[in-house]
Amino acid sequence: MNALSKDMSGPLALFANRLNTLAGAERQSAAGALARTGLPDRKVEAWHYTTLRALGKQDYAAPPMQVEASTVRSLLDGVLQAHPAMAALPRVVFVNGRHAPAFSALPDDVDLSFFADDPQFGQQAAPDRDPLVALNTALAEDGLVLRVPAGVDAGHVMLISLGVAGVDPLSFHPRHTVVVEKEAHLRLICVQAGQGAYFHNPVTDIQVEDGATLEHLTLQTEGAQAVSLGTLYAHVGQQSVYDSFVLGLGGQLVRHEVHARLAATRGVVHVNGAQRLAGQQVGDITSVITHAASDCTSRQTVRNVLDGHARGVFQGKVLVERIAQKTDGYQMNQALLLSPEAEIDAKPELEIYADDVRCSHGATVGALDDDQLFYLRSRGIPEQEARQMLIDAFLDEAIALVEDATAQTFCRAVMAARFAGKGESA
Amino acid sequence: MPAVTQTREAVEKLGQSTYKWGFETDIEMDMAPKGLNEDIIRLISSRKEEPEWMLEWRLAAYKTWQAMEEPKWAKVAFPPIDYQDAHYYAAPRKKPGPRSLDEVDPELLRTYEKLGIPLHEQALLAGVEVPEGERMPVAVDAVFDSVSVATTFRKTLEEAGVIFCPISEAVREHPDLVRKYLGTVVPAGDNFFSALNSAVFTDGSFVYVPKGVRCPMELSTYFRINAKNTGQFERTLIVVEEGGSVSYLEGCTAPMRDENQLHAAVVELVAMDDASIKYSTVQNWYPGDENGRGGIYNFVTKRGACRGARSKISWTQVETGSAITWKYPSCILQGEGSVGEFYSVAVTNNHQQADTGTKMIHLGRNTRSTIIAKTISAGRSDSTYRGLVRVQPKASGARNFTQCDSLLIGDQCGAHTVPYIESRNMHARIEHEATTSKISEDQLFYCRQRGLSEEDAVGLIVNGFCRDVLKELPMEFAVEAQKLLQISLEGSVG
Repeated sequence: MNALSKDMSGPLALFANRLNTLAGAERQSAAGALARTGLPDRKVEAWHYTTLRALGKQDYAAPPMQVEASTVRSLLDGVLQAHPAMAALPRVVFVNGRHAPAFSALPDDVDLSFFADDPQFGQQAAPDRDPLVALNTALAEDGLVLRVPAGVDAGHVMLISLGVAGVDPLSFHPRHTVVVEKEAHLRLICVQAGQGAYFHNPVTDIQVEDGATLEHLTLQTEGAQAVSLGTLYAHVGQQSVYDSFVLGLGGQLVRHEVHARLAATRGVVHVNGAQRLAGQQVGDITSVITHAASDCTSRQTVRNVLDGHARGVFQGKVLVERIAQKTDGYQMNQALLLSPEAEIDAKPELEIYADDVRCSHGATVGALDDDQLFYLRSRGIPEQEARQMLIDAFLDEAIALVEDATAQTFCRAVMAARFAGKGESA
Repeated sequence: MPAVTQTREAVEKLGQSTYKWGFETDIEMDMAPKGLNEDIIRLISSRKEEPEWMLEWRLAAYKTWQAMEEPKWAKVAFPPIDYQDAHYYAAPRKKPGPRSLDEVDPELLRTYEKLGIPLHEQALLAGVEVPEGERMPVAVDAVFDSVSVATTFRKTLEEAGVIFCPISEAVREHPDLVRKYLGTVVPAGDNFFSALNSAVFTDGSFVYVPKGVRCPMELSTYFRINAKNTGQFERTLIVVEEGGSVSYLEGCTAPMRDENQLHAAVVELVAMDDASIKYSTVQNWYPGDENGRGGIYNFVTKRGACRGARSKISWTQVETGSAITWKYPSCILQGEGSVGEFYSVAVTNNHQQADTGTKMIHLGRNTRSTIIAKTISAGRSDSTYRGLVRVQPKASGARNFTQCDSLLIGDQCGAHTVPYIESRNMHARIEHEATTSKISEDQLFYCRQRGLSEEDAVGLIVNGFCRDVLKELPMEFAVEAQKLLQISLEGSVG
């Protein structure tokens, strides 16, 4: 026990036992930062639209060392059966934030190691500015450390994170690092799934070195009771490409926060996404794209379909620093509300300090278009089916932005598997 | 007759009456000691000969204010304000001014000249002392203007049933009306600056348009901060009953001073069934010099309530002045089918900072709102559009369209767009778009090639950029606003 314990009030108390017994300066200083700020509430501008009330009042335990293999197997099968091609791809499987070698099929062509063996926190994450990164820094046990050597095209690699919990909540805080060295190419597909009450709090540190390309798809299909709050940092080098897409379908409360930094000239960043939520789900896509060098391009298109009492949040900031002349930035957030109780909160934000730029953003919110519906119905398509077609088409325009064809297929497959025959859930 | 000439003549007529009483009364007034406490508030209230309820309202607001913190969320930076270091009740004592135009700062004169104000008016604006008997029959001095307009046209307005008078007078003469509406749109505790204003406001305008009356003329007020070390806290309340309509113009100027002065106004508008209010502002408070010294802190709360069905409130603003602007004219769209509009041009140059925008709160069915915001940043300034569009669950059929465009002139300035879009109704449609760019080389080249100087070319392009907003202004204001834009951007190119 140390002096922190008395400051661990509010939601932080949920982790108090674990935060009080930390070893290492980095973890202790992160816990200190956390004790000073606490977990964010609505008064923190970056968390204006998303509360952490879903974390509840029960303590979050560290995950047990042993997890029933059959449970993991069935969860993993559930993930892989979305598309036949998936099982053939190399994969690294994490269960409750720890590497599970028995379920992995490790890739060749890349340097692979694990955070647990040599904890490195990286340079990009800022525990003192972001409480959830601080929480991760304090409690991280394991994580993927993947390095694609210069000039290598490593093909596809899947990173599958499974949460296995019961009624008593547990939390895991994996710390992943992905480095794509000069002129190298990687297609990374992250899948998140699980069951029971767990809190998944990953921090991912990505570096795309000069001339390299990383295509990054995240299929977010967390379990129904899951809280998943992930933070991702991407450092994009000269003439390199970070092309990302997140498909948000699962979880009780899910936040996907991306900080992408265009650090050298002629870099390209795509932070696209789509989410389809129903019931009481809350899905938050937050991004900060920083143009810190000239002649860079950023694109962002996010589409939301919200049914039931679901709430979608989009916060996208494009920051163009003084030096980033000739910036080309575009951002679009669109939302479709399917039920009277659904809600969307959007905050697209431009912060621009360079004058020779072309930046724009747009946002739209509305219901299904009656004219379009009428068009389909007048051609004999039943209402339910017509609505489904329009919803699918709306989301598909975003999915079409995924440049990697395989990844695009997976997106559609996961979507179809989840909503097959269900139509709109109430 | 061209509108400008007409205005000038109207103003000249006002001028004559201004001196008769507005000016003299002021001379007799005095200055309260620096600082803010209950005694000062009691003093203000007693000088204004206010009824007891007004004093109590002020004191309650003061209590609320004491418990509040200055808002920090806006994208502006300034040293902490010492609220005890200002006079809260100050009437400008006439000090010996410059004796002739030659003694007046030529910079100031040049500005007036460009605004199209004739020389003898310039003399008055600059505060040149004129010997008794030789006083020119024109006065455009803003502090007195609102009073004189009210006086001059009071008869015409009275015949129409419109009340237009200083709010301090309204508190005495029409207490029931004031009491019924004051603080109902912007409650005293709404925010830090509205609480401060509620406690210490000294004057402002009150407009009441009864049922079915279209106000026969445009009402106009010029606000001017005159004295040193004072804050200005004006309070405007406009109520338009069923079927009535009014167009209200507000102009603001301030002399150049080294130190910053605080301006924290509150404007409340109430529109009942089928009523419409058009509120136009040309804000030209002193922005500080090119090094960022001095200038007005303009922390203003403006809000309109569309209480009645089909009512309409339209805000148009041209913001060129102030060292710091913090201002979000808003509409609460409560009545079914009510309409809110916000047209804004905000120009910042040198070290100015502006964080301005609007809030459209859709409560009623089929409510509509339009937001057109044009932001121009030059020099080392920072300009932010911050706007909220919120659709509440009952606002079925609500519709919003927002367009925010920013223009950057020079590579040392910043332009930011921060819209908040919140929809809780599936039958609402919201569209938002924003762009940021610089003046296109092609446009500039085209103008330059035809012999325009770079500065004129920029002026022309900027005016085109702002056209959607400027065309919403009443004619006289539009002319003034165009010139203001040009002056504000002076020295920002080349």
